[in-house]
Amino acid sequence: MSLPADPLVIADDVALSDSPGQTPPGPDVVVRGRRQLVFRRLRRRKGAMAALVLIVLLWVIAFVGPHIYEAITGWTYANQDFRAFLKPPSAEHWFGTTQIGSDVFAQTMRGLQKSLLIGLLVALISTGLAAIVGAFAGYLGGWTDKVLMWIVDLLLVIPSFLIIAILGREFRDAGWLVLVFLIAGFGWMITARIIRGMTLSLREREFVLAARYSGVGTVGIVFRHLIPNMSSLLIIDATIAVATAIIAESGLSYFGFGVQPPDISLGTLIAEGTRSAFTFPWLFMFAGGLLVLTTLAVSVFGDGLRDALDPNSQRAGGSK
Amino acid sequence: MTIQEQSTTQQAALGAPLLEVRDLTVEFAGEDGPVPAVRGLSYTLEPGEVLGIVGESGSGKSVSSLAVMGLLPGNATVRGSAKLRGEELVGRSDRDLARIRGRKVAMVFQDPLSALTPVYSIGDQIAETIQVHQGLSKQAATARAVELLDAVGIPNAVQRAKAYPHEFSGGMRQRVMIAMAIANDPDVLIADEPTTALDVTIQAQVLELLDTARQMTNAATIMITHDLGVVAGIADRIVVMYAGKAVESGPVGPVYADPRMPYTIGLLGSVPRLDRPGQSLTPIEGTPPNVAHLPTGCPFVTRCPVRIGICSEVEPALEETAGGGRRAACHRSEEIELGLIHGAPVFPPPAIAEVREEVPREQRDAVLEVEGLAKRFPITKGAVLRRRIGTITAVDGISFDIRQGEALGLVGESGCGKTTTIMQILDLTAPEEGTVRVLGKDVSGLNAGARKELRRDVQVVFQDPMASLDPRLPVGDIIDEPLRVFGMPAEQRRARVRELLQLVGLSPEHANRYPADFSGGQRQRIGIARALALEPKLLVLDEPVSALDVSIQAGVLNLLEDLKVRLGLSYLFVAHDLSVVRHIADRVAVMYLGRLVEVGSSDDVFERPTHPYTQALLSAVPIPDPVAERQRRRILVRGDLPSPANLPSGCRFRSRCPLYAELPADRQQKCIDVDPPLADHGGGTQESACHWAREVVVVPE
Repeated sequence: MSLPADPLVIADDVALSDSPGQTPPGPDVVVRGRRQLVFRRLRRRKGAMAALVLIVLLWVIAFVGPHIYEAITGWTYANQDFRAFLKPPSAEHWFGTTQIGSDVFAQTMRGLQKSLLIGLLVALISTGLAAIVGAFAGYLGGWTDKVLMWIVDLLLVIPSFLIIAILGREFRDAGWLVLVFLIAGFGWMITARIIRGMTLSLREREFVLAARYSGVGTVGIVFRHLIPNMSSLLIIDATIAVATAIIAESGLSYFGFGVQPPDISLGTLIAEGTRSAFTFPWLFMFAGGLLVLTTLAVSVFGDGLRDALDPNSQRAGGSK
Repeated sequence: MTIQEQSTTQQAALGAPLLEVRDLTVEFAGEDGPVPAVRGLSYTLEPGEVLGIVGESGSGKSVSSLAVMGLLPGNATVRGSAKLRGEELVGRSDRDLARIRGRKVAMVFQDPLSALTPVYSIGDQIAETIQVHQGLSKQAATARAVELLDAVGIPNAVQRAKAYPHEFSGGMRQRVMIAMAIANDPDVLIADEPTTALDVTIQAQVLELLDTARQMTNAATIMITHDLGVVAGIADRIVVMYAGKAVESGPVGPVYADPRMPYTIGLLGSVPRLDRPGQSLTPIEGTPPNVAHLPTGCPFVTRCPVRIGICSEVEPALEETAGGGRRAACHRSEEIELGLIHGAPVFPPPAIAEVREEVPREQRDAVLEVEGLAKRFPITKGAVLRRRIGTITAVDGISFDIRQGEALGLVGESGCGKTTTIMQILDLTAPEEGTVRVLGKDVSGLNAGARKELRRDVQVVFQDPMASLDPRLPVGDIIDEPLRVFGMPAEQRRARVRELLQLVGLSPEHANRYPADFSGGQRQRIGIARALALEPKLLVLDEPVSALDVSIQAGVLNLLEDLKVRLGLSYLFVAHDLSVVRHIADRVAVMYLGRLVEVGSSDDVFERPTHPYTQALLSAVPIPDPVAERQRRRILVRGDLPSPANLPSGCRFRSRCPLYAELPADRQQKCIDVDPPLADHGGGTQESACHWAREVVVVPE
């Protein structure tokens, strides 16, 4: 079917009245998809871009920093300076030392490595799981919904503490990756329930019906229509999950699995440092500061992503 | 009588109009400075007169009367003057106005459900207004409330007075609102879109009642509506509003016959008319201006086809024109006569593709065949152990077919099963009863792959253009979604999106914007573009224009008409607006309570309807022509739709049938005993389901 542009198809409103200087329709207009448009909108958000740079910087100093530091001062997170106990920051120990002479800078960097990995992975997994389970349960309904919600309710009522204590024995030596799955595995249920509720109302909207009648399958509808329409909530949820996971990890490490001494994480550093936060602030300050910086950067970036995804957001500017 | 009332009566005797509104302006506090909603509105209202205020959404028609009543929120600034019998209303305290509201000026709102308090019984609510203003005892007020309910046609008024708002149907609630409004014999009755939320047959009942109420109380009425047909039937004078100003006013007859302001001409030309099916619609291009950023000069200038230099510099005042108390706000009003300017039409009729050769219907292939389709919903009780306590039959054995290149209009009031029918067809799965064949293929025998393949040929356009487009997807992605599903390569998809956007009268740049950036009409065009992406044979249109303003609606209807011819599409056009169906459909199927009661070619059914329901439906549709409208005889349907769970025996329509009431007892017995099948009754080519079908002409030629 060839369709010439017929000037006689009288449009009620051919041109958008609020877009001055609009060029007449030409065949060379690039039709961009959502991914490209969102990316362009995100790039225009200065705050989000700065936050992204900050997150990348944190990764770089967490992983490259210790090596450089070792080259300059000779200290790693594992060895101790028996001439300096509880010394404030100096040229030799940039962030000071602990009671047993460990270097706080080296420890903080090592901790940051673990915490960045744990925080971001947990946020990704738990929010992703919540979105998928919630959206499928809400959209499909029936038995899928019942079974998935049983699992959610079960996980909610069983004290996660108990499960982790039992499983902890088995996974004592498995390392931090198991920890990530454990924290994520017990952190997604409430969000999943909220997402299911939102899906229940979204699936009645005509655009979902329209997609279905165009032949789009269940998976397509969930990932293309339902989840993007709930992205604001999901992004906020993921941002909060980053900070929660970092703190939760320190609690779990206390029970003897996950990050074990001499290995260290921001969470364990903070847990130990809080006791002397006022007397020896350097033990606590730097780890705490980095935690705040990490979550702040993630949340500013999340904000920008939310605005870029939401076409109604005024702050992200036009869609071009 | 108080001293103040005496003085106002004296003033009225001196010849002051009942209500005089002068230079009324309303501004709302906005983000970027004040937003003017009404910009200098003046009108007068004489006792017993009906004034129609017409305008599209956002024109300030409702705000202006809320300002007169003092019912605007605190962020609105009202200036100017509104005098009721010489007594100033603007600027009075709320306490002062409360004495006037309900007693001298009463209002009927659009949505009667939200206008009534859900936790008080209807009788108590009416009695309350009587007690407040007349100081009667509770018992006397309640008795008067029952009297009023009886007067507005609520059956069993004594019992129904004890019922709560949710127990009433929409039409009945509006009757209650009217009873409440006339409870204190007001001088002025303001009806704000009183019938917009109602079906046509109920609208006819309510309009009739408003007229009766006016005669009972001799109140002057202000009728605010977007429906030019309603005004044509009821109003004495008309004020046309646009962007917060009156742009034309005068006696109804001359304004309709010979409008002088291009906007009025455009508005009248864009309404499809039941009595002029062949007439092409002239849409008004563009969209109403944003009142927060009005252009200099005439607010209509960007949409006006006959604008000249001065129009974009000086805003025309509402000045006398053409004599007879008529006014128009147009620099060129003196040049315009009978919709023509120097002999040429102000709005030239658009060119729409016409069918070149007509193959007889019988020789064309059937695109959709529906036979004996039925859909029943169980009514269940109990949360744990569900028991079936009854069945609602939403669709009860309907049969119709659509041939290639044909538009079938499926009409009926809300709750008749139209939507259930099309959803059943669109699902492309085996129906509970009956068969659905698309392009000759029975859908019950399809596997998943074949069903998906068949989706290419059946596409849908929904009613609400905002809800049917994913707000988070750019327009390009929305339109190319069906193409993506069917695995078209990305490069071809992009080209096709550009092509489709141009086809529906948008431009390719629009592909990179989001739905929120578009107006209602444009969004509906995007919905149409998506539906056309796969080159379907059949397009199901579910009320595609009912959410749009009339001036926008015409453009979309013209587009649909044009596409149908150019692409050889078939339409299943579902609508409650019979004028729209008359304009676009080749054949019509009238639905009542899950059954088809009359099926036939558009011309036959609309010109010579044989079923009493079709006749009532058609006679209830107002025609935007005061002369024709006032000569028509209304065939009123009694009461509301019966509950689908508890249908009358025999003919389903008999409980409301105007013909049944006139029949002798022996003939009535047949209606009670025998359910009439859809059958040919001679005369026209149409079939109707009535034992005593006879042709009645209800639409003037």
